[in-house]
Amino acid sequence: MAEYIIETNKGKWEVVVGLEIHCQIISKSKIFSGASTEFGDDPNVNVSFVDAGMPGMLPTLNEECVHQAVKTGLGLNAKINKYSEFSRKNYFYADMPTDYQITQFRFPIVGEGKISIDLSDGSSKYIGIERMHIEQDAAKSIHDLSPSKSYVDLNRAGVGLMEIVTKPDFRAPEEAGAFLRKLRSILRYIGTCDGNMDEGSMRCDINVSVRPFGSAELRTRCEMKNVNSVKFVMQAIEYEAKRQIDVYEKGGQVIQETRQFDPSTGQTKVMRKKEFAHDYRYFPEPDLPPLILSDDYIAKIKQEMIELPDAKKQRFVSSLGLTPYDAMVICENKEVADYFEKAAAGHDAKKVANWMMGDFFAMLNKKHLDINNSPISPDNLGRLVELISKEVISGKIAKDVFEIMSETGKDPEKIVEEKGLKQVTDISAIEKIIDDVIASNAENVAAYKNGKTNLLGWFVGQIIKASQGKANPSIVNKLLKEKLDGA
Amino acid sequence: MNDITKLTLSESLEALRTKKISAVELTQAYAENMENCRNYNTYITESVEKALIQAKEADKRYANATNRKLEGMPLGIKDLFCTKDIRTTAASRMLYNFVPPYESTVTQNLLDDGAVFLGKLNLDEFAMGGSNETSYFGPVINPWSKDKPLVPGGSSGGSAAAVAAHLCVAATGTDTGGSIREPAAFCGCTGIKPTYGRCSRYGIVAFASSLDQAGPIAQDVRDCAILLNTMAGFDEKDSTSAKVEVPDFTSFLDKDIKGLTIGLPKEYRPEGLNQEVCSYWDVASEYLKSRGANVKEISLPHTKYALATYYVLAPAEASSNLARYDGIRYGYRASDENMSLDELYTATRTEGFGNEVKRRIMIGTYVLSAGYYDAYYLKAQKMRRLIYNDFMEAFKACDVILTPTSPITAFPLGDESMLQNPINMYLNDIFTVSVNLAGLPAMSLPVGLSKNGLPLGMQLIGKPFDEATIFKVAAKLEQDAGFKRI
Repeated sequence: MAEYIIETNKGKWEVVVGLEIHCQIISKSKIFSGASTEFGDDPNVNVSFVDAGMPGMLPTLNEECVHQAVKTGLGLNAKINKYSEFSRKNYFYADMPTDYQITQFRFPIVGEGKISIDLSDGSSKYIGIERMHIEQDAAKSIHDLSPSKSYVDLNRAGVGLMEIVTKPDFRAPEEAGAFLRKLRSILRYIGTCDGNMDEGSMRCDINVSVRPFGSAELRTRCEMKNVNSVKFVMQAIEYEAKRQIDVYEKGGQVIQETRQFDPSTGQTKVMRKKEFAHDYRYFPEPDLPPLILSDDYIAKIKQEMIELPDAKKQRFVSSLGLTPYDAMVICENKEVADYFEKAAAGHDAKKVANWMMGDFFAMLNKKHLDINNSPISPDNLGRLVELISKEVISGKIAKDVFEIMSETGKDPEKIVEEKGLKQVTDISAIEKIIDDVIASNAENVAAYKNGKTNLLGWFVGQIIKASQGKANPSIVNKLLKEKLDGA
Repeated sequence: MNDITKLTLSESLEALRTKKISAVELTQAYAENMENCRNYNTYITESVEKALIQAKEADKRYANATNRKLEGMPLGIKDLFCTKDIRTTAASRMLYNFVPPYESTVTQNLLDDGAVFLGKLNLDEFAMGGSNETSYFGPVINPWSKDKPLVPGGSSGGSAAAVAAHLCVAATGTDTGGSIREPAAFCGCTGIKPTYGRCSRYGIVAFASSLDQAGPIAQDVRDCAILLNTMAGFDEKDSTSAKVEVPDFTSFLDKDIKGLTIGLPKEYRPEGLNQEVCSYWDVASEYLKSRGANVKEISLPHTKYALATYYVLAPAEASSNLARYDGIRYGYRASDENMSLDELYTATRTEGFGNEVKRRIMIGTYVLSAGYYDAYYLKAQKMRRLIYNDFMEAFKACDVILTPTSPITAFPLGDESMLQNPINMYLNDIFTVSVNLAGLPAMSLPVGLSKNGLPLGMQLIGKPFDEATIFKVAAKLEQDAGFKRI
């Protein structure tokens, strides 16, 4: 891609970014207990004795979460570790009922992988995945219900998380944005995380450092925790890079610390200095044996894997003739891609894609509908495109038909039939209209013949209008030219 | 003292089956003993009213012949097992008011087989201690005490003392480094710590998760076998419990031990070991020899590192397991007027935990902290593996290992040398901790009295999940020793 270089009057700088993304696992029950993972219930209803850290309670691993993690690992093109281990991360806080978090430390379930991202200039780039491990989520602290008390909602305590750690491969805010969108797309495809950053089911920590452009060193980084939208992630990187450059250029040193991004100001501020960093005293979780996955288990999950966005995009480009950009947009969301494939079956795929990315998405947006609730079935959209391809209706009439379809959900052929919108391709009928228009506009005919050839468009318009839009424009063009030039 | 409380558990079962006594009578007799012996301080919480309801139900079942394996047996439960609707304190101020809304798997198994719970037995705070002196509810007195009060051993001191004094027909215990075996030895009881994974840990207040195991403390070997039959078994609620079949342990009690090889580890006879302990060890091995067993010296070369290994690993796990006692959700909470969260944690834990518990939390926190983990925790883990390997190597040449349970007999309450230097207290565990580190089954049974008239225990250590051989050998040793209970 075009290089992202931050130029000041003192020099050129480059930003180096790595991400850690916490993704809530889609599973019926929590990772170490049988309590429900339902979001949005009343506080403290989905809580087992295990989640509440009661004396003598023991965690038991939910196999569904392991399954989801392996699936995600495969989606990240990553190595699945047949041996992994759980560890305890010890710290005191009211949102962690046992005062330790069960996580994976030395032996994560997923190892190195990579994801390809698509950038606005049409290029693409691989982002390395360092590892992915599974762990339990903390409860939610609520500080704004009372001036003197804090409240804790344990519903979230113990929900399964996947923490994906990237390599420091990002060199621009845009790359981080593209990565998060691609990651979300993959997770939604395979159904392991719903990826809603605003609901907190996907949360992003950002590690940012800067260095003089062209240098290979890695300088001190700062971490920004829990940034909760793609836009904010990009803003935070941009702000933080500039802040660090400013520190260096003023002769200072960047200090390793945890910072917080404030969306209202677009700035980052210190949250915790390094000397106050926790000593988490990790050690292997004695309540859970190591997690051993068999080759069979992994192979079975591999068989469940569906076509992922990149492969689908490739296929749409190579066998359906879509442009890479269109294919990328169509493939970001699996429902959209599925809709497209159904709509395009047997029809002009490129035209179907154009319709979807134009009028169709605009219609869904306007009606605040998601694609699964579209009033227009994929089959009907395909048939509408077919009517245009076969020149039964013109593109202009098609927009009217589309409008009716979006209101009624009706079959486009029926609409064309009922409303008599069929394009006139009968040459004698069109000739008659042309003759009438020529006859009643003698002045303009004369002007045309005297060289004002751009009046041709005006004539076409008059004729289409006289046909109530039904005359085939290319036939009109051809016949009209013959008549005007020959007459 | 009531006569029917002198029966063993198997004799009591027989007496109920043959309708010589009723379950209510039996429970009432124990309740009477409990009342008369409150000076031993064995029970933290008594649940006699509930017990009598259970006993009535038991009598009904005997009447209509639907009686279960432990129908009407009045047991004492170590106060580390969570019991639904009965206060469970772990002998700590931290849980002085905690009433669990759930039942531990082991106690549930006992209830399902018809047992009656007389109450919750005293122990060292959070099972940390070897003399039952660290309990927030005060020390337990060993019923064998003569002129001055002696400790019952720990941490299951209440359990062993209650069994010895007939304040329950048998009791549950837990053993992390010797907590069943040492008090059993000090009080002249028989107790077995089964193989790690044999009994579910679900609902037992955790001390050191990779070492904790539940087991029975009873009057004799047969009673232990009967109780372990019920207590043991796979539990899906405990991921470390083993999916291994539980044989009928009583079926091994009458088996011949001819041809079995008994190993005597030479490292367990250190210079200066108590002479009485040594001679009883010799006597015990002679008994087994005369039953046709082969006795053989073996070596467990890493024994000298066991205690240090244990006192790194157990506190490490404990420091994390006990973090949850923070005053937020249940149990003791320091007065929280105008305190920050951190201040509340500090005040609650300062006031809620006793000194020994604090000491171990500090040791555990230290050995896990950045920069020390490799030197302590990791090294101890490696040593734990070597200690396990020692046993596996030794078991290639023998079937069961015989050692003393403790280097000493019960000592006086408030012993200055032990209270002032905890290492002296920790040294009492030298014969028991290796077994926990290796996850092996081991039993302590009484073989005689010291010159001072105090019980001495021998320990039998078995291969993983081979409690059967322990029961086989213990039954013979018990017969030959002919130990006289109180």
